[in-house]
Amino acid sequence: MQMMQLAFADLRYLGPELTLVIAAILLSLLDLVVPRRFNRSWLGGLTLLSLAVSAVFVVIAMRMYNGADAEAIQLLAQSYRVDDFGNLLKLFILTGTFLTVLMSFGTVKDEDIPHQGEYYYLFLPAALGAMVMVSSGDLITLFVGLELLSITSYIMVGLKKNDQKSNESAFKYVVLGGISTAFILYGMSFLYGVTGTTNMAAMNAELRFIDPSMSGLVYMSFFLMLAGFAFKIASAPFHAWAPDVYQGAHTPVTAFLAVVSKGAALALLFRILYNVYFNVGDSDTPIHDDLFLIIAIIAAASMILGNAMALKQHNMKRLLAYSGIANAGYLLVPLAAEFGPMHYSNFTELYYYLAAYLFMNIGAFAALIAVSRSAGHEEMSAFDGLYYRNPALAAGMVILVLSLAGLPITGGFFGKFYILLGTVAVAKYWLAAIMIITSVISFYYYFGIIRQMFMRSHAPSERLHAGWAQQLTVWICAGATILMGIFPKPIIGYIEQIFHLTVDFFI
Amino acid sequence: MLDNIPILTLLTFSPLLGIIAVLLIPKEMGHWLKTAAIVSTLVSLVLAGWMFIGLDHDLEGMQYEEKATWIEIALNQEAPNLNAAEKLIYQFNYSLGADGLSGALAFLTALISSMAAFASVHIKKRWKTFYLWFLILQIGMFGVFLSRDLFLFFLFFEATLIPMFFLIGIWGFSDREKAANKFLIYNGIGSAIMLIAFLMLINTAGFSTPQEDPTQPLQLIYSGDVGTIYQNLQDPGSYANVHHDRVGTANPFYMGLAMKEWIFLMLLIAFGIKLPIFPFHTWMLKVHIEAPPSVVMIHSGILLKMGAYGLLRFGVELLPEQAQTFALLIGIVGVVNILYGAVLALVQKEFRLILAYSSISHMGIVLLGIAALNVTGLQGAAFQLVSHGLISALLFLIVGSIIERTNTTELNRLGGLAKAMPFMSGMLLVGGLASLGLPGMSGFVSEFLAFLGLFETMPVLAIVGALGIIITAVYVLRGVLAITYGQLPEKFQEDGTVLRDARLTEAIPMIVLTAFIVLLGIYPSVLSEPLHHALSSMLARIGG
Repeated sequence: MQMMQLAFADLRYLGPELTLVIAAILLSLLDLVVPRRFNRSWLGGLTLLSLAVSAVFVVIAMRMYNGADAEAIQLLAQSYRVDDFGNLLKLFILTGTFLTVLMSFGTVKDEDIPHQGEYYYLFLPAALGAMVMVSSGDLITLFVGLELLSITSYIMVGLKKNDQKSNESAFKYVVLGGISTAFILYGMSFLYGVTGTTNMAAMNAELRFIDPSMSGLVYMSFFLMLAGFAFKIASAPFHAWAPDVYQGAHTPVTAFLAVVSKGAALALLFRILYNVYFNVGDSDTPIHDDLFLIIAIIAAASMILGNAMALKQHNMKRLLAYSGIANAGYLLVPLAAEFGPMHYSNFTELYYYLAAYLFMNIGAFAALIAVSRSAGHEEMSAFDGLYYRNPALAAGMVILVLSLAGLPITGGFFGKFYILLGTVAVAKYWLAAIMIITSVISFYYYFGIIRQMFMRSHAPSERLHAGWAQQLTVWICAGATILMGIFPKPIIGYIEQIFHLTVDFFI
Repeated sequence: MLDNIPILTLLTFSPLLGIIAVLLIPKEMGHWLKTAAIVSTLVSLVLAGWMFIGLDHDLEGMQYEEKATWIEIALNQEAPNLNAAEKLIYQFNYSLGADGLSGALAFLTALISSMAAFASVHIKKRWKTFYLWFLILQIGMFGVFLSRDLFLFFLFFEATLIPMFFLIGIWGFSDREKAANKFLIYNGIGSAIMLIAFLMLINTAGFSTPQEDPTQPLQLIYSGDVGTIYQNLQDPGSYANVHHDRVGTANPFYMGLAMKEWIFLMLLIAFGIKLPIFPFHTWMLKVHIEAPPSVVMIHSGILLKMGAYGLLRFGVELLPEQAQTFALLIGIVGVVNILYGAVLALVQKEFRLILAYSSISHMGIVLLGIAALNVTGLQGAAFQLVSHGLISALLFLIVGSIIERTNTTELNRLGGLAKAMPFMSGMLLVGGLASLGLPGMSGFVSEFLAFLGLFETMPVLAIVGALGIIITAVYVLRGVLAITYGQLPEKFQEDGTVLRDARLTEAIPMIVLTAFIVLLGIYPSVLSEPLHHALSSMLARIGG
């Protein structure tokens, strides 16, 4: 029987989270105390440092408490879990946040964002919320994490106080985000009503033996929650907010929303889908099958809509928003391809593509910051003639774009291919076909960027000086993308070695 | 002699030599860049020739096989209740092999690439990037013809896409970006459909359970290895061919008749876009007009052949029964291609468009040869691949030289070039005659074989298709004569220095290509002998 109270010794398991909490408090105090005349970018440095420390704690947890055969550690009456599922995703969240903060250096100007310090340390509670989300074993914990992430990101979107666009997008995000949260909460209340518990493992056990007359309520709970989560991961048909919000927000914040926020919500959906609803229903009311079909349909709709709408975009942030919607579709495919005798690698597929998506998307946003600063706008034409103006940056961007388009030999290609293998293993050929065909449609707009860089000229064609932070981010991301394309084996092998569905996932 | 050397790997990656050299040379030194690229393609040519001559004509199956496991990915290690004896693996193999067909096409690739490298001296800007993409493209083409793994084939197939996009989009004529886009989208869709078909093949027939060491746990392996897939499809007792009822439980590897037909149809469309077959041909017209002539040499000479090669290697060889089912469809499409291409070539006013439509028409003959499904017909198809590759490379080589001097290939703005440029006009006539199938040249042999093969199985189609040959003679002569004879346009009469005859660097590739065309015409067994076993083994399962 697990203890309700948190023993002092259990704190060691919470190292990653505690680091972020302490750092967030300390940094906000420092920001108050230190006089305004000092430049605030050292706060960014400290943010990076605390994210790195937190990541070290995650690695320690992976090596010491979890790992190949160890049981998951459950705290606070099984409401908080430290397991390999959570640890891997925490690494994803921390890496994503780290790179986002890194690319912010040099972009936070007093005239845009009056409170520079706030800009940096707000990333910490956001990352913390995402980390709580991925390691919760109980709906309440989960919701707390979700709200922490959401509320912080509402603030982050609106940080450009004097910019009308930013205000508009922050307002839209708050209102729509609030509604989606309400949906999630409403759906959860149905689940609680049916099962009488908020613990996910207990819920699944209850649901498996549920009276068929209650199945309508079970469907209801799932659809309501799905509406909320689909909003958070910006998948069709709840995607309409993404382009507007992305366009208005400060670009690194956009990258954070597009990568970390989306990834955390996907992980959450994965957990709820497989933990709560897996194998629920019988041959008369096939709840389980219906739900997986719905996920597959949503994935297909996102891929089609996202890629089709992106064709018309000229604004880079809107284009990347629609590309993000399409990618949400690709990422939902491993969720929809359920376990079968020939297929157990859903999580690895999801995680691998998520990691590839992290690097290629954040890299693309960093390159966008670099070129839009000199162009003064964020249209696609900001990239024109980049090959002549800064060949190194252009080469990095080509790698990232090819990866986004899913062409070999890049992480994006391999990630998609890995997902496809799983999809055909469960004989969902139609989903695989939609995924492949829509990827080809995406060539059109991704190669539009390449066309701008290589086939258009820019007058005057003087050299473009990109900030060191952006250049570094682009290169880290491009390098990781290539490595993930050529040597996928070490990462996949490592995940497979430590992650086991029974130990780390099913409760 | 060749046993110990990985000749195919050397050949495939030989352009890397050139890539490294080009990277090291500063971009202003255009002359050195060109020389380096040409030397590199000549090295590939020597290797390809060595490989092709070394092929043993009496052996069936693949030669020089090289195989290495590149990446292995376990698919079920996360499973609950994992049984240690069972490890489900997806295996990516780096595996190359050559038989008469792929060897011949790889040699063709090397030959045309080096001739195109000669022709690229007309490129005016950004030589360094041009040659980089050119050589990367060459790696992709070698890989396509030599790979023996579906996944590897797909990688190389895609690897030709990106260089071509840049080669068309940067160095093409006025409407180049549109052409590049169209090329990318059409071929992207083609390779997407191909990937779906490949995944279905891998997921069913690509399954094997090799157990070399009984003490080790059993490994269940998926792979795209063409040999494995071939064996599984051929063997009536393999998992791919055992119906669910006979296993008792659902057999996840079973490949029903409908599924096989779907796969064949998808392969037909995927490779048909590349070939191109009739409704999917618009992209290649655009490429023929907009791409620089040296790139068109490669495009028309080799890239189109990749479609036919894929159809033969994966469609006919792996699924011969389905090929038989769809033979009539292929035959009809082939006839449509022949007639449509020929009739439209007849009315064009632009010489490059005539050649583009003539390519469509000639690819129709390849389809007819495949539709015949007998050794004669397939010989004709394979011959036509090589012969059309040589001829269209020769014609576009000349087109490139003409454009460099006159800036146009429109028929009514040209004429009378024979007087000013006797050698080049003569070569143009030779190319034209080869294209219309004059006996003694390669075009004749291939058309003759293809129609002969088809007469055995579908005489009506063969008769209709043969009409195309007559139209071919008309449009080729119309085009060639309009350029070489008649009145020299006024603007060239005043300034005769523009129209100088071929330089040495232009003459050499023309002579070499012509030599090969004539060689194949008068001594076809250089090609037919190595092809024989490769093609007859394809048909072994349907008794053809």
